[in-house]
Amino acid sequence: MLEIRNLTASIGGNRVLNGVNLTVERGEVHAIMGPNGSGKSTLSNVLAGHPQYIVESGEAVLDGEDLLALPAEERARAGVFLCFQHPVEVPGVRLDQFLRAGYNAIHKSKGLEELDPLQFDRLLQGKAGIVNMEPSMLKRSVNDGFSGGEKKRNEILQMAMLEPRLSILDEPDSGLDVDSLRLVADGINQLRSPDRSVILITHYQRILNLVVPDVVNVLMGGRIVRTGGVELAEEIETEGYEGQDEVLQAQG
Amino acid sequence: MVSPDSLAQAEYKYGFVTDIEEETAPRGLTEDTIRWISAKKQEPEFMLEWRLRAFRHFLTLVEKEQSPKWANVHYPPINFADGVYYAAPKKDRPESLEDVDKELLDTYEKLGIPLEEQKRLAGVAVDAVFDSVSVATTFKETLSKQGIIFGSFNEAVQEHPELVRKYLGSVVPYTDNFYAALNSAVFSDGSFCYIPKGVRCPLELSTYFRINAAEAGQFERTLIIAEEGSYVSYLEGCSAPMRDTNQLHAAVVELVAMDNAEIKYSTIQNWYPGDENGVGGIYNFVTKRGKCAGNNSKISWTQVETGSAITWKYPSVLLQGDNSIGEFYSVALTRGYQQADTGTKMVHLGKNTRSKIISKGISAGHGQNTYRGLVKVMPRASDARNFTQCDSLLIGDQCGAHTSPYVEVQNSSAHLEHEAFTSRVSEEQLFYCQQRGMSAEDANSLIINGFCKEVFQQLPFEFAVEATRLLEVSLEGSVG
Ligand SMILES: Nc1ncnc2c1ncn2[C@@H]1O[C@H](COP(=O)(O)OP(=O)(O)O)[C@@H](O)[C@H]1O
Ligand SMILES: [Mg+2]
Repeated sequence: MLEIRNLTASIGGNRVLNGVNLTVERGEVHAIMGPNGSGKSTLSNVLAGHPQYIVESGEAVLDGEDLLALPAEERARAGVFLCFQHPVEVPGVRLDQFLRAGYNAIHKSKGLEELDPLQFDRLLQGKAGIVNMEPSMLKRSVNDGFSGGEKKRNEILQMAMLEPRLSILDEPDSGLDVDSLRLVADGINQLRSPDRSVILITHYQRILNLVVPDVVNVLMGGRIVRTGGVELAEEIETEGYEGQDEVLQAQG
Repeated sequence: MVSPDSLAQAEYKYGFVTDIEEETAPRGLTEDTIRWISAKKQEPEFMLEWRLRAFRHFLTLVEKEQSPKWANVHYPPINFADGVYYAAPKKDRPESLEDVDKELLDTYEKLGIPLEEQKRLAGVAVDAVFDSVSVATTFKETLSKQGIIFGSFNEAVQEHPELVRKYLGSVVPYTDNFYAALNSAVFSDGSFCYIPKGVRCPLELSTYFRINAAEAGQFERTLIIAEEGSYVSYLEGCSAPMRDTNQLHAAVVELVAMDNAEIKYSTIQNWYPGDENGVGGIYNFVTKRGKCAGNNSKISWTQVETGSAITWKYPSVLLQGDNSIGEFYSVALTRGYQQADTGTKMVHLGKNTRSKIISKGISAGHGQNTYRGLVKVMPRASDARNFTQCDSLLIGDQCGAHTSPYVEVQNSSAHLEHEAFTSRVSEEQLFYCQQRGMSAEDANSLIINGFCKEVFQQLPFEFAVEATRLLEVSLEGSVG
């Protein structure tokens, strides 16, 4: 279970998160919706431990462990996975080698068996089918020349390989055509299980028809301003974000 | 206390000294020194004459103070008159490998190049050069069955003087430059390799150069001749003990490829780079050149340069035959106070000649890395093509990368392409890797290996693994 309390953080001298409170129970899928610039990616990066983001106050605890005290790789090994909004290219590094390096690092930290290239390949080939990834893509450099959709599917494949306890998906739906969106949604749904939590960040309600969330949160001005069920997502779809933050104030 | 600078200076693992009795030439550099070396080697007259001509030319250069000044490297003047120009284990080179001194066998084993029959690398024949002489060559018989000559330069002078006489200095004349002149005068040994017509050399040929003696410089020559339609892949490795004085290594390598022949020449250079304050280390001033003498011939240089205090080298190709191909793939790493000025010259003489240059410079610590290249297209070279890509990767903010690509085109049908990028290992890339569970160190070495990939994949498999490992060790602690 993840508990975020009063989280305040800044980037490049800008205070972006202004006291985020959020509790995600085990097995839940939480949607976080919010307009551009509301701090969605900042929240994702802060939780994953990006060194450029500065936490000013507050806490984030995953199953009793203080996440904010750990370096990024330790958080990954503790089961935090970030599906990047804009995954970076790593020229010359083959996707399968990149994935195996991460997989083995996590397994090693848990005292689990590391896989040799052959064993890993077999596992990877199996998972690649989930997002309809051509085997030839696995031999290409990480994200190098990938289309927008391929990048997102690649992120989902990585999540499927690492089987994280907490997945933070930062707009996995942005820029996708209908087919890719369905593959991505299927990938997320396959990972859903009673002992995994998902934070699904999105700008649009569209993906929430395919991955039905347990809870919908609205992030505005660096705060969670509203929390509700799927009906909240529908409301935003028809009425937009305007005024959502005032609803909170009205509620007192 | 650990300073950030010393972090950028990983442990040098080859810095040990072999305790063996060595014979050295008397200190100094005069005609007598040259005669002493030549007599020591029982050389035929033509060799002594050639050395003396080279030496006289060298003296005129010293007089005119014409040691190269244009390279972007800085060091105090070298007193050539005060050097020791020959050092070799006292015992003569034994007839068979079984009789090689145990100290020497142990040395090469420690360096990861076991010479003994049962421990050897499969598929690689090794010529082991210790200071000024070749001490052992493996797989000689296997090779000679196909008419391949592979062994020490001295042996070749004794056994195949006609070949040596014909090709010595034919690609790099002693008048070429200051260090080529010096090398031609005092060179002591090196490797010789001859692949007869139509033969595809079944093994990788490899020379491992080891500097051991404290004061002597190393001056070796390598000569490789690939006759019509033949193929050879050759690899050179090197290391030296850690000492606080600078030692000079001034080698000359000449390659000749006839019609339809191909020579692939790879170097993994790991000379002692000096300590974290820039004290000691090897001055690596080397002239390497190949001549594509025949039509459709190909010469390909691949180098991974991680060592030396100063590296000054430009493996080049003279594309004389029509349709000939020259390639240069390079990774040069500088850290601590290392300086590297390296690159290539591609001289297009024949029609339809093609050249390709891929240079990857990595700078860390206070390292300075310069790519210097020349692509020259001569009037007769119609439809010449060149592709050049030189990329630099900076680690930290104390280091530097420089590129000086020169182009001289005298035939308007030439087609030249140039790309250059300078990048840092980006925080985004590191974070991406770490978010997938990798440590900062592993992430860095993954990214840097990716940067070098186009070069590493040119290396024979075992050596690509070695190069990857070497880079990892060299960069340990310099990042993250
Ligand atoms: N590197 C940065 N330096 C300064 N400001 C930044 C930086 N990155 C993001 N911001 C600012 O932080 C705010 C929130 O950005 P972000 O978390 O990316 O929003 P979202 O993902 O919700 O669109 C924006 O106003 C943005 O301009
Ligand atoms: Mg965003």
